[in-house]
Amino acid sequence: MALDRWIAFVILCVSLAYGYAAFFTMDGLLAPFMQRNPIWPSTFPKVLSVLAILASLVILLGLEKTPETDAEPDIDYRRLGEYHLVQALLLLALMVAYALLLRPAGFLLSTVGFLTIGAMVLGERKLHILLPVSIIATGVVWYLVEQVLGIFLRPLPFFFV
Amino acid sequence: MLEGLLIGLQTALSLQNLLMVIAGCLIGTFIGMLPGLGPMSIIAIMIPVAISMGDPSAALILLAGVYYGAIFGGSTSSILLNAPGVAGTVASSFDGYPMARKGQAGKALTIAAIASFAGGTIGAILLMIFAPALSSVALLFHSAEYFALMVVGLSAIAAFAGSGQVAKAMLMTILGLIMATVGEGALFNMPRFTMGIMDLQSGFGFITLAMAMFALPEALFLVLKKKEMSGDGGQISELRISAKEAKAIAPVIGRQSLQGFFIGVLPGAGATIASFLGYAVERNIAPKDEQDEFGKGSIKGLAAPETANNAACTGSFVPLLTLGIPGSGTTAILLGALIALNVTPGPRLMIDQPQVFWAVIMSMFIGNLVLLVLNLPLIPYIAKVLAIPRNYLIPFILFFTLMGAYIGQNNATELLILVGFGVCATALKFADYPLAPLLIGFILGGMMEDNFARSMQLYDGIGFIFERPMTLALLVVAVILVALPTYRARRARARAEGVADGD
Repeated sequence: MALDRWIAFVILCVSLAYGYAAFFTMDGLLAPFMQRNPIWPSTFPKVLSVLAILASLVILLGLEKTPETDAEPDIDYRRLGEYHLVQALLLLALMVAYALLLRPAGFLLSTVGFLTIGAMVLGERKLHILLPVSIIATGVVWYLVEQVLGIFLRPLPFFFV
Repeated sequence: MLEGLLIGLQTALSLQNLLMVIAGCLIGTFIGMLPGLGPMSIIAIMIPVAISMGDPSAALILLAGVYYGAIFGGSTSSILLNAPGVAGTVASSFDGYPMARKGQAGKALTIAAIASFAGGTIGAILLMIFAPALSSVALLFHSAEYFALMVVGLSAIAAFAGSGQVAKAMLMTILGLIMATVGEGALFNMPRFTMGIMDLQSGFGFITLAMAMFALPEALFLVLKKKEMSGDGGQISELRISAKEAKAIAPVIGRQSLQGFFIGVLPGAGATIASFLGYAVERNIAPKDEQDEFGKGSIKGLAAPETANNAACTGSFVPLLTLGIPGSGTTAILLGALIALNVTPGPRLMIDQPQVFWAVIMSMFIGNLVLLVLNLPLIPYIAKVLAIPRNYLIPFILFFTLMGAYIGQNNATELLILVGFGVCATALKFADYPLAPLLIGFILGGMMEDNFARSMQLYDGIGFIFERPMTLALLVVAVILVALPTYRARRARARAEGVADGD
């Protein structure tokens, strides 16, 4: 089964769960006076869940044929291993680490780390250029966000502040 | 109208707003030039900055400048490198790149700049004429018509966007609408589908979603597949064009400005379709001997898509500013930014906040002028950005995406949601699902449900559809829009298989 039909299957499952929640669980919480309203909080989701189930079934069952194209796709997912998959996954992991470390480790440290490690993952080895660049960039962004936009970002690790 | 023009000029010519136009155009050109980064990612990255400025006119002026700049920058990289940064400029590379190969890169850039300038300026004049007329009609609309109009907009986007697969675009639109129902709605004040997670109480963040849908997948694609970025930005000379050439492209520019503008007004069409259609139309109506030139460095073939895509960009502002309904991914992001700034675009915009409306129009003129007089001479230097190693570029793009999502919500959980949705969006992109309908559905979802609920309450039930003929007509149009392409595809396939036609 092709990837687009797998995705349609996943979306079908999601919309079934969504539809179940809309049809069977939401209305019980409704206050009696609201039940006299012609529209309930669950009305719109009910309609949407039906439409979503229908649309995903159309794709899943292959009712709409995909047009035959000779055009080479930008990236062919069937040959994902031939691309720089490891780098991409490492960068994603790095982003998650950044999200988790931003508060505890402070903005300056985590950002310098993110930019430096990110570039090194991509194959940069000239640390004597890379480190100054990322330190200056971090400083400039921190100044802009903190001073110009006025949004607080904890600059240093939690045990310093 | 004159009064409006003066208000607009007064706002747009303030020092701050002038700087915004210039900065927006430069930033847009800069990033739009990088192959693989489209205007939507750039605007998504710029939104936190625009929103925290707090002034809606300035924010919209900045973002519109970025939009223009990105399209302009995209055409530069298609001409110099044959690597379009933006889908709307793919058609420009057909003739622009052969010209650059023949050593006429400077001339090609000048033609592109003049064509963009003319397309954008004529588009802005048309916008000035049509937007007030359309919004006076739109004032007669009732919430029932608004609901129907949004249904029409969404089905038009589903029918025209993407690669002709209506079901996929439909599914993405509905998914966007579903995501919009997460959190507390204004009408019921009851948390829905939050699964008890406090962070979802206020729904998904629009900036987070915009970043996850456009900026992150594009950056990941850049990591996965190394694009050839080996252009020599140094050899751009001879920026002049002769009077004969100017005379040859003038009618092309005139025709394509009009055509591009009206294609841009249609929801779902936009700059990409306008540029391809403009190229095809000009090739078909050109004289026989010039027709052979197309694809080998014809100046007409370069001027046509360049004019059309800029005029279409301007045209796409018409439904946004008059109806409050975005017709493309980019205008959807602009709509989100405006709502965050407490401005609701729509027919009342011209009455309640004329300075916003007219300042945007004036800034379009100024922006086009900036692109022509400031960016064109700077192009040889800006083209050096193509030499920035991607090892430095990609971490910075990812960092700005993260920063944008964090500034918007000041919440580290948002970053995890961003990465999660980014991975999902990349998978969707692999499978050829269009992503813009999802975001448009997400942004319109709340408005659509509010209008639907209001008309349900006013008419005490679903009867409003039948009691208001205009609503019914619009909904019928929506059904036709979705059904027709499916039916035609089905018939074409049946004919291909040798089944006789019914008629």
